[in-house]
Amino acid sequence: MMNFWRTMLRNPGGVIGLMILILAVAVAVFGPLLFPTSPWRMVQRPFLPPFTAPGLPLGTDALGRDVLAGIVHGARVSLLVGLVSTMAALAVGIPVGAMAGYFGGRIGDALMRFTEFFQTVPSFALAIVLVAILQPSIVSIVLAIAIVSWPPVARLVRGEVLSLRTREYVQAAVVTGQSHSWIIWREILPNALSPVIVLASLMVATAILLESSLSFLGLGDPNLMSWGYMVGAGRTVIRQAWWITVFPGIAILISVLALNLIGEGLNDALNPRLNKEGR
Amino acid sequence: MLKRVLLSLMVASALSTAAYAQEPKTGGMINAVIQPEPPGLMMGLVQNGPTQMVSGNIYEGLLRYSPKLEPLPGLAESWNVSEDGKTYTFKLRKGVTWHDGKPFTSADVVFSIEFLKQTHPRARSNFAQVDKIETPDDSTVIFNLKEPFGPFLGVFEVGSLPMIPKHLYEGTDFKTNPANNTPVGTGPFMFKEWQKGSFIRLVKNPNYYIKGKPNLDEIYWHVIPDAAARAVAFETGKVDVLPGGSVENFDVPRLSKLKNVCVTGAGWEFFSPHSWLWLNNRQGPTANKKFRQAVMYALDRNFAKDVIWNGLGNVATGPSGSSIKYYSSDVPKYDYDPAKAKALLKEAGYNGEKVRLLPLPYGETWQRWAEAVRQNLQDVGINVDMVATDVAGWNQRTSEWDYDIAFTYVYQYGDPALGVGRTYVSSQILKGNPFNNVEGYSNPEIDKLFADGAVAFSDSARKPFYDKAQKILVDDVPVAWLLELQFPTITRCNVKNLITTAIGVNDGFRDAWLDK
Repeated sequence: MMNFWRTMLRNPGGVIGLMILILAVAVAVFGPLLFPTSPWRMVQRPFLPPFTAPGLPLGTDALGRDVLAGIVHGARVSLLVGLVSTMAALAVGIPVGAMAGYFGGRIGDALMRFTEFFQTVPSFALAIVLVAILQPSIVSIVLAIAIVSWPPVARLVRGEVLSLRTREYVQAAVVTGQSHSWIIWREILPNALSPVIVLASLMVATAILLESSLSFLGLGDPNLMSWGYMVGAGRTVIRQAWWITVFPGIAILISVLALNLIGEGLNDALNPRLNKEGR
Repeated sequence: MLKRVLLSLMVASALSTAAYAQEPKTGGMINAVIQPEPPGLMMGLVQNGPTQMVSGNIYEGLLRYSPKLEPLPGLAESWNVSEDGKTYTFKLRKGVTWHDGKPFTSADVVFSIEFLKQTHPRARSNFAQVDKIETPDDSTVIFNLKEPFGPFLGVFEVGSLPMIPKHLYEGTDFKTNPANNTPVGTGPFMFKEWQKGSFIRLVKNPNYYIKGKPNLDEIYWHVIPDAAARAVAFETGKVDVLPGGSVENFDVPRLSKLKNVCVTGAGWEFFSPHSWLWLNNRQGPTANKKFRQAVMYALDRNFAKDVIWNGLGNVATGPSGSSIKYYSSDVPKYDYDPAKAKALLKEAGYNGEKVRLLPLPYGETWQRWAEAVRQNLQDVGINVDMVATDVAGWNQRTSEWDYDIAFTYVYQYGDPALGVGRTYVSSQILKGNPFNNVEGYSNPEIDKLFADGAVAFSDSARKPFYDKAQKILVDDVPVAWLLELQFPTITRCNVKNLITTAIGVNDGFRDAWLDK
């Protein structure tokens, strides 16, 4: 474990990413204390440029709402959607992939064909259809993102399990008469976890982007302020008021970049082949 | 005498629209935007907004209407109403021909009404009171009514009663008649070609019955599906006329600041789109009159007007728009007063139940408006939950009464008996239509006032009924009136005299001219 942190901290990108993420999480958790009123509240005259009115450093949007308050409240939605939908995707993808890899044969084929069925449909189009059918709300958005993002997890886990199940320690477990679920859960998965963690960190980033894209298209939860919504609503007035779109856009960019840097760092730290001394 | 009065009215209205009188120039071509592309141009079969806008210059009605909704001569050059209000005699203009050269006669008028009763829901109810139509000669039409019908002189505009050529349609299946693709009317412009997805081209009718008109040679209606692209087309000079509603509101200030650009909100008086929030009178907190009044006090409608509609339109005072006949401002007032709203909510015993708000899915402006209204209502303590929806979902929910508060706007057609009463009388509580009494308001007194107002004859006899109805309704707040909407028409300033009537661009090209 010490070794992991040492490698992780030796990767400057990873450290920067981690710091940004911690900041974003802090904003999401404590921000609403700084901006206790609703971000939808019309506080000043509309289209106020940044740094022109005290207390409104990022200006106001088309209805006179505080852009900074929107970004702070939006952090909560974006991170929450990213995290929860990734969890949900892992909860589906890991068992499917593990079973397909472990049992192989017909079960494996059936599970993989099922997975491929989801992979062949363009994921963003599928997400739009799902959200439109289920009516836009935070639950339907999380659900849609989870549904379109579990197949890569399943494929990855299957590959890892396929290679691990022929290892001697697994076979030893089989010989000692352990149950299938014990072997998958206690013997194989812990060893297959590193690439999954790396993938998951990137999935959070993708989920944030997906949520933003959906909100941009007007398919966000209409009761929650999110970055994608801000960009989408400001897009039509971008020629009059660039700041309405640019600041939430930067927020999306930075948080997605941070998650990618972390993913990179994790990959370096967790990949045994790269983790050798003298690299 | 009547003619002279009308003539002076016409002159007066023409003078008031132009800052100073100029001699019209002839010739020239105008490029306008049509949004969305109409499904067809045969006005008797299709009544969509864009169809009316293009075809209103191809077809004509018996009358036209001034911005004050007074009747002006159209295909009828004069008219006479009997003392008892049951007989209307129209004298048609002589020497009018269809675009294919056949003469226009009183037989065409009778045929048009028969035609439209089959295809035009509004015409069906407008002419329901007609007992029989007589045509003693080619240029006289006499309508005999079963009962007096107050708004009758208001139903002869081109969109409500376009004249349809009998010689092309009699005895045919109207919907499949090949003539539908090449509309033939009596109007100042003739249909020339339609490249689907690209443009519709109209050319001057050289045999138009008013000598010297139209002034323009050609009109191109361009189909440009994207709102931003329409604004750019105007900026780059590809089009000269942006009819109301063809660009988003927030583009209006930018476009109107360009050089040689004129903006007007006129030309919608006949439709006078009126917006409000449906408040479900049947169930939930909105069933309580005090709660509904609280909603009225909670809404900052001046903010909506100034910020969301860029200052266009007026704050609505009640069920009738101010350009509608018998409009009365002598009604209870609801100014923006959150404190009063909170007090009323307390009186109503509202305890924070969730209230669903359904926006109108017609683009950015309406979405922003819904957000502002939600904030207004939340500020006074109403627990609002906005529902996301698309056009089909909005239609479904409002016409099946599955909402608590919902946005809408409705055309009023100049007379309370034609466009206002339907929202409040209990006979209009019918599922399946998003534009009738959707809120479920039922008050026998209101029913009687609207019924009596429609059959009373003469303006002075009708007015008291509507005055009283407006007072009662505004106190009861069956729906929360928002704004009298204005859809600005944006043109180059050298397009002159385009908007002179109550339906604006829809029949305005007859008198329009281009200053070079």
